Amino acid sequence: MRRARLLYVPFWGTYVFLYLPIAVLVVMSFNSGESAYTYEGFSLKWYGELARDERVLDGLVNTLIVAAGSTVIATVLGTLLAVGLARHTRSRTLDAIALMPAVLPDLVLAIGLLLFYGVIQLTLGLYSVVLAHGLFSMAFVAAVVRTRLTGSDTSLEEASRDLGAGPVQTFLRITLPQLMPGIVAGALLAFTLSLDEFVIAFFTIGNTEQTLPIVIYSMIRFGVTPEINALAAILLLVSFTAVIAGQRLTKIGERESNRTPGAPREAIKVQGEADSTDVGEKRAEN
Amino acid sequence: MKSEVKARPVSRSRGRRLGAFVFLSPGVVYLTVLLLVPLALVLSNTVFRRGRFGGVVYEFTVENFERLADPLYLGVVANSVKIAAITTLIALLIGYPTAYLIAQLPGKWKTVALVAIVLPFWTNFIIRVYAWIILLSGPGLINSVLGTKLELLYNQGTIVTGLLYSYLPLMVLPLYAAIERLDPQLREASANLGASAFTTFRKVTLPLTVPGVMTGCLFVFVPSFGNFVIPEILGGSKSIMVGNLIRDQFLKARDWPFGSTLALAIIAVLVLLLLVQAWVTRRA
Repeated sequence: MRRARLLYVPFWGTYVFLYLPIAVLVVMSFNSGESAYTYEGFSLKWYGELARDERVLDGLVNTLIVAAGSTVIATVLGTLLAVGLARHTRSRTLDAIALMPAVLPDLVLAIGLLLFYGVIQLTLGLYSVVLAHGLFSMAFVAAVVRTRLTGSDTSLEEASRDLGAGPVQTFLRITLPQLMPGIVAGALLAFTLSLDEFVIAFFTIGNTEQTLPIVIYSMIRFGVTPEINALAAILLLVSFTAVIAGQRLTKIGERESNRTPGAPREAIKVQGEADSTDVGEKRAEN
Repeated sequence: MKSEVKARPVSRSRGRRLGAFVFLSPGVVYLTVLLLVPLALVLSNTVFRRGRFGGVVYEFTVENFERLADPLYLGVVANSVKIAAITTLIALLIGYPTAYLIAQLPGKWKTVALVAIVLPFWTNFIIRVYAWIILLSGPGLINSVLGTKLELLYNQGTIVTGLLYSYLPLMVLPLYAAIERLDPQLREASANLGASAFTTFRKVTLPLTVPGVMTGCLFVFVPSFGNFVIPEILGGSKSIMVGNLIRDQFLKARDWPFGSTLALAIIAVLVLLLLVQAWVTRRA
């Protein structure tokens, strides 16, 4: 038992390590002084400063455009690809290639795309980032949707075909509804990944536009003010809310799909858990 | 009747091929154009000469590889391996006990603990790195609490801290998945047969979770190794990692062929690691 108690040191250490910097960041955002280091008193002035900063607002709008565009591409292509890989081919090579954008270091993808855009002489801008984010998000959507496909049985689809439904009708009315929780989870993942993505955007956006992470990056390089802390605090609040809401939603989704006939229990593990381990094993296979 | 029975499988198989085309071709086209062609460009660039004002001159040369063999650049690659390896090792040493304890928690707390591990991961990557500037800088929190004037920023330790902070969740999650899957009866049996807690861990728990360990190590090592943002923000200008070097070749020196060669070195190290991982996992 004493040994087990010793294990609590790294356990709590981990959580302190993870949350101490965040706590300091948030506290400093309410600083009335000019410095991001020394706390002088409570004030919301940096939040006002932030709301007037056009570079930040433009960056935010650009980020949302990129995230929305790339999520649409990734969700449609990734879902089709997942169904195709699970039901229409046995090619391991294709499997591996489909997962590559998620496995390769972002820097390698970034320079590859930069070279490619150079060769086809595409003027860089938001759409070149949309295409690039669509690429790696597609890999994640495909992986998440596949976790629902493997293990779900094909008997419903076969029954539908035997009862005279065409392939299109079967896909739209049987396969797609069964996959929907996976597709939604994949789309959410794609959206969040794009919001946060820096390296690929940095390389493929050119000189005229900036996404929010790029704005933050250049703000930090210029010097540290509590305005960045205020921005950080707001972003933290947004992503914490989104993650917790997402967690709630998957729980509700699970309860619903537990009631759906034809969905075997093994297929409905905790969504996040199933995803992370599955992607993990896929990475390992490559 | 007979003709119908015969006809159906034929139309089904044609339908299958059509289905394969409809489902697979959009993704395959996208992957070919935006993944395979760009990767081919990176690869082919490694044997070409740089243009005088950037760009690539399509003239065969091995000078990029000769430059890579220069101790100056090989040293940077080796340094990156070292920093990523240290980060991975610390992540494993902290992450394993954490994952182990999370797996023992009762149901509801397990979810809370896991979400709390992942939560910082979903916030902006650069902001998470920035938080450490506030903590570690000269007038920062740690110095003012300790009343010291330590030079905590801009060294290799700071880079390791930043990498660890960014990628620790990627170590804990696969470890948790591996430990969670263990049958507790195995440990009970080991204890009943007289093994100490440590022996049980060494002979039962650890060997059975090796695949999780390997996955977690890979998840931490890969993004650490190729990173250029964290060394740039937290490392100052002194210690460069191979990621910084590649960034500079593309955006400053405009030497795309050499930048591509460095990227190939990154890929080579990663392929090597994947092979090691596959080998270890198969043996375990």
